[in-house]
Amino acid sequence: MNSATDTQPIRSSRKLRRVWALIRKESLEVARDPSSIAIGIVMPVVLVLLFGYGLSLDIKNVPVAVVMEDSSADARDLAASFQLSSYFAAEFTASMPHALELMIERKVDGVVRIRSDFSRNLAMGDVQVQVMVQGVDANTARIIQTYAQGAVGQWAARQAAEGKTTSNAPVTLLSRFWFNESSDSRYFIVPGLVVLIMTLIGALLTALVMAREWEHGTFEAIFVTPVRPDEILIGKATPYFVLGMIGLFLCIFSAKFLFDVPLRGSVLVLTGVSILYLLVTLATGLLISSVTKSQFIASQVALLVTFLPAMMLSGFLFDLRSMPTAIRLFTYALPARYFVTLLQTIFLAGDIWTVIVPNAAVLAAMAAALLVLSRLATQKKLN
Amino acid sequence: MNGAVTLPIVGRDICKTFRLGTGEVVRALDGVSLEARHGALTALVGPDGAGKTTLIRLVAGLFTPDAGALNVLDIDVVAQPQAVQDRIGYMPQKFGLYEDLSVQENLDLYADLHGIGAAERQRQYPRLLEMTALAPFTRRLAGQLSGGMKQKLGLACTLVRSPELVLLDEPTVGVDPLSRRELWDIILHLVKDEGLTVLLSTSYLDEAERCGHVIVLHSGRVLAQGTPEEITGTAGARAFVADPPAGYTARGLQARLLGEPDVIDAVPEAGRVRFVRAAKTGADLPIALLADAKVESVPPRFEDAFMVLLRRAVGDRPTSNMKFGQPSNQRTDKLAVEVRDLVRRFGNFIAVDHVSFQVRRGELFGLLGPNGAGKTTTFRMLCGLLPVTSGTLQVAGVDLRNARASARQHIGYVAQQFSLYGQLSVTENLEFFASAYGLRGSRKRARIDWAMQQFELGRLTHLASAQLPGGYKQRLAMAAALLHEPEILFLDEPTSGADPMARREFWQRITMLAEGGVTVIVTTHFMEEAEYCDRVAILDAGRILAQGTPTEIRTQGRRDDSAEPSMEDAFIAIVQEARSVNRSKDAA
Repeated sequence: MNSATDTQPIRSSRKLRRVWALIRKESLEVARDPSSIAIGIVMPVVLVLLFGYGLSLDIKNVPVAVVMEDSSADARDLAASFQLSSYFAAEFTASMPHALELMIERKVDGVVRIRSDFSRNLAMGDVQVQVMVQGVDANTARIIQTYAQGAVGQWAARQAAEGKTTSNAPVTLLSRFWFNESSDSRYFIVPGLVVLIMTLIGALLTALVMAREWEHGTFEAIFVTPVRPDEILIGKATPYFVLGMIGLFLCIFSAKFLFDVPLRGSVLVLTGVSILYLLVTLATGLLISSVTKSQFIASQVALLVTFLPAMMLSGFLFDLRSMPTAIRLFTYALPARYFVTLLQTIFLAGDIWTVIVPNAAVLAAMAAALLVLSRLATQKKLN
Repeated sequence: MNGAVTLPIVGRDICKTFRLGTGEVVRALDGVSLEARHGALTALVGPDGAGKTTLIRLVAGLFTPDAGALNVLDIDVVAQPQAVQDRIGYMPQKFGLYEDLSVQENLDLYADLHGIGAAERQRQYPRLLEMTALAPFTRRLAGQLSGGMKQKLGLACTLVRSPELVLLDEPTVGVDPLSRRELWDIILHLVKDEGLTVLLSTSYLDEAERCGHVIVLHSGRVLAQGTPEEITGTAGARAFVADPPAGYTARGLQARLLGEPDVIDAVPEAGRVRFVRAAKTGADLPIALLADAKVESVPPRFEDAFMVLLRRAVGDRPTSNMKFGQPSNQRTDKLAVEVRDLVRRFGNFIAVDHVSFQVRRGELFGLLGPNGAGKTTTFRMLCGLLPVTSGTLQVAGVDLRNARASARQHIGYVAQQFSLYGQLSVTENLEFFASAYGLRGSRKRARIDWAMQQFELGRLTHLASAQLPGGYKQRLAMAAALLHEPEILFLDEPTSGADPMARREFWQRITMLAEGGVTVIVTTHFMEEAEYCDRVAILDAGRILAQGTPTEIRTQGRRDDSAEPSMEDAFIAIVQEARSVNRSKDAA
């Protein structure tokens, strides 16, 4: 009668022991297998250094030709604002054809033309500065254009402040970049790296090691033991969960101390949402390898389904709003999208609950669904 | 306790089919019924592809049958696989040891998974480690163990819980003869002295003789069930041994006997030919070939009965058009291959260690040794596919070190794995290889016609070669290697994975080629196949331990106590002696 109640604790302690045995086995394998260490530890460090130091979306010292067709003091004053700006490396010339030649030879990326009627027009309150930008790379062109506008605008503002301009001074647009005041791209790239690293460890590495067991036939012997499928999944996921968390703290550390990225939200909230995302990627990795059962296919699928979208379509590198509608709608299906929003908010804006709660809820729902799916896909059967 | 009453395994009319990637449906098991008894060793015997692994996996609850009932330890394994898996031990064919874990860590993992307590471990570990002789290696990583030691560790992991039933899927496959013998000693000890119930599968027919109950499987069907003695009895008094008449080699007589309608099986053995006749003695028709030969009746053995059952199941042997004329001895003293002090290193590992041998023209030469002995490495160097580290190599009178290309004109090579183009048809493959060897015009056509006819490929010319049945793939590979009429043919492990009938047919073909004057060099890990060769060299761990005619090898491997050692007994004796010499050298 009470045998059921008696065996309950014994049964759960046996279960715990089996899970623990699998976790220990997996951890030993990770520690002894150079390829796991390469993907789990070396790759995140390389990514942080590469993206942190190597990849910058900011443009500095753009070579421009400043054509001085007017040599008045005002014109020289404006030219000086290009010369002094750290965004430009200005080269002065008096001849427009020469400037265009430089542009064609790609020695400069832009031409700023201060026309001979500059002073006269200024006196009449109608300033015109011609800016020509090398348009080969549209993104860079737009940035140069914005910088040039900024330089002219700042000069105009200074003129107005000093009371030099006439009454109908041109209206200057004053812009301010919120959350990323110096408009430093590292501010969003380094937090975004958390997405890449967690995707790499969670999905790719887990898919690989799970598929490896199918390929090496190690599962066949394990299956014919009292071990249950959920124990296999927990035993597999736990060490890589730990590895993913190490990657997270590596990123937080390097963001704060290596790249001076502010962390305006709390570490606790950041850790919480990262755990949710890590569960999503781990479940995806387990699901992929349970279905494909081959290391090569699992790695290809993991890259295609998780890593590339996390890089391209999550808003980490490219703005989601500038994507075509169809692709933008597609991004709603990607967990990385929600995680990037959360990361950028927590790092740069703070614990903004109106953003965190809905995005975290989506991640939690995805994690739950994928975990259930991967459990259903893992059967102790060989066919 | 109720286990004593019911049988541990009872299966009725089990069917299992698989759908291949090509959409083809394979019937792995077709109405199989079986029983296993408590405290006994039950063996599933059959060639590769018979359905042994599928059946064992069904018993382990890893597959679901399409039809039929299967009870294991009185539990319906189809409905409750986990309940069975909680109580049995299972060693798959490729036991999945974790190679990055040590011997001890692998054992611990399985002890934990089976919920073995500390006291039980104290009792089991020393016993298992002593039995498997792994005690000195507990800290070694499983990946660094030899093939035989890996199998023993797999067995230890399977036995760590004292299971009520143990399933072993081809435990001795890919293991050297010495380790094979040791594994069998362990298994027999467990069954006889500890009353363990074991179901194992094997394709080695001599192993079946040691089991209590045998189930003979072929193409997914049970051909026979019973004790080995009962099954051997089906061969009746139909086994004979004949001395080859003058002018014949043992293999020459054997190849011709296989062509006789009345002969079910023939194999060369100790310079004589053992054969099994179809008709009962008494109603015997005299065999013309044996008119002058001394023929002796011998008691049948399991393999004889197996061949009788197989022939009964398959029907008549597919008619082969192999025509043998009078035996001709074209052998000369001219050398086809001369190897002196051949060495090949891979990093620190010496794969081939000062190997020297000679092969005369027209000779059939065998390189024997377990997996990993260095046979394939030697072969690759002989064919100019792998540079030598040191030593000299002459093939067809050409020094391979500086004239590889011209030596290749004289040799044909059939690799262990099928290495033709699977998407190309039989004809396309032959045409490609003919062109690759530089054949053109009428000669090319003549050679392709010869190959089609010689290897009986005519019916299958338009089939993609990947879709050919196993035996035909090998025929095509041999045909391609012989298109340019090489003087020397190299065959690497041509018989591994082939069923006994296909193996006999292969040797028949080789005998015909050798009688046609082609020098044949062949590797094999089936020791008894040495009997087909004129001379053999025994290779172990990169070194040649013995070489000579099969009779000489058997004499060298003779031990005082045994009467006439089999090739395998001789091999084991020679290897053990070499190892003990090494050990005493190391000690000195």
